[in-house]
Amino acid sequence: MMTRDEAQQGGQPRSTPLREVHERLGASMTDFAGWLMPLRYGSETAEHRAVRGAAGLFDLSHMGEIAVTGRDAAAALDYALVGQPSALAPGRARYTMICAPDGGILDDLIVYRLAEAELLVVANAANTAVVLAALTDRAAGHDARVEDRTSDYALVAIQGPHASRILASLTDIPLDGLRYYASHRAVVAGRPVLLARTGYTGEDGFELFTSPADAEPVWLALTAAGGADGLVPAGLAARDTLRLEAGMPLYGNELTAQLTPFEAGLGRVVAFGKPGDFVGRAALAERAEAGPVQVLSGLTIGSRRVPRHGYQVLWDGQPGGTVTSGAPSPTLGVPIAMAYLDPGVARQAEAAEGAKLAVDIRGTAEPAQLVSLPFYRRPR
Amino acid sequence: MTIPADLRYTAEHEWVAVDGMTASVGITDYAQRALGDVVYVSVPAPGARVTAGEPCGEVESTKSVSDIYSPVTGEVTEVNGEVDDDPGLVNSDPYGAGWLMRIQLDEDEGEPTGLLTADEYAELTAEQED
Repeated sequence: MMTRDEAQQGGQPRSTPLREVHERLGASMTDFAGWLMPLRYGSETAEHRAVRGAAGLFDLSHMGEIAVTGRDAAAALDYALVGQPSALAPGRARYTMICAPDGGILDDLIVYRLAEAELLVVANAANTAVVLAALTDRAAGHDARVEDRTSDYALVAIQGPHASRILASLTDIPLDGLRYYASHRAVVAGRPVLLARTGYTGEDGFELFTSPADAEPVWLALTAAGGADGLVPAGLAARDTLRLEAGMPLYGNELTAQLTPFEAGLGRVVAFGKPGDFVGRAALAERAEAGPVQVLSGLTIGSRRVPRHGYQVLWDGQPGGTVTSGAPSPTLGVPIAMAYLDPGVARQAEAAEGAKLAVDIRGTAEPAQLVSLPFYRRPR
Repeated sequence: MTIPADLRYTAEHEWVAVDGMTASVGITDYAQRALGDVVYVSVPAPGARVTAGEPCGEVESTKSVSDIYSPVTGEVTEVNGEVDDDPGLVNSDPYGAGWLMRIQLDEDEGEPTGLLTADEYAELTAEQED
């Protein structure tokens, strides 16, 4: 008999507990970071618009869940990560990163403090093994236990302006009292979940950690409760355009091991003020002093051709940066991109009138406009 | 997935309908499904020459961009302006309202060659699904 982990090494992507639900819905499935995931159910643009205007339901069970428990669990994470999980009150969560000793980003994470001595680290699927190994290594010597719990959790997200009222009809806790980046044990459709007000779409929304067996009943209950409110299942394609419009970085695109949080414009996640040493502190302090070597910027394109990951940004016809993510924006109606620009180019582009900024789209310089991130901010 | 029996196909997922010396060209249902939502199509302007098997345009979708290969050799006589206004027609009606261009075949070229029948194309896409 093979465990799922062994099966994955054999080249077969892992399945989430919701695979059959997706297949019944007619989803186009794709291998994403070693997992068979829904790319889209129908039109990804329609799914994107549903999340902006009503609500979308996502299977995020590929995300890695790593439990860190024990008397020194929070202190161990203070040492292992660039943030300060020990400063989180139980029930709160924080966006953070784990860096190599040279300051390079190994992954971006959300850390949930569930209780004084119980923290949950949520990692990107592609990086879960790296994060698990680094946390295990860095927790050595602390009274803390690091365990990969990915197979013990399914993760379902409901996102969009109607998410709150759809979920409220199915749960026992008052959602009005649950702040952004807070989590609470709850019952949803009769099943115990860890309910967090987090997301990756730029909308209000919730992420529900369930047992694998509860994923389908929770998904079906949300689908039934949300149908009249415009809830639709949404795949990874919509998730990517939603996060891009919201200016949220994606590991592998905006974030890599060759960059520190400062190049990504996310130096604020580094808590230099916390007590004690942490992995990467010396290198990151140096980077913070040195000033940026590139600036993460937002671009819109004048034509309908789409800038893609890796395309060159031009300033006055000369190389001036690189596109990290690009897509047609359903909300803005034009192609948008995030790009790393040379600081000099970013400065000039901000100051200059006229069209000197362009993206080389397969040999043609397509005029681009510098815009401030995010491209989209939800109305409040 | 639809593969109309009366059309011919390329391995690059274009369809072609030959009527006398005129060929209508589009991309297949299989192609539009694989691409996802089409947001922009670029084809040569009327009067441009195209060569069978050579790239002559591109299809932009949310996730990717793909070349369009001309299935035949000749001169573009007409392009579908409605697709320019509403590229989603390529998704909703790839063999009908989502047609891309019409090509006047060269007199001396004779019958277009190297095209796949519906059965051959069905076999090809079945293999690519696996």
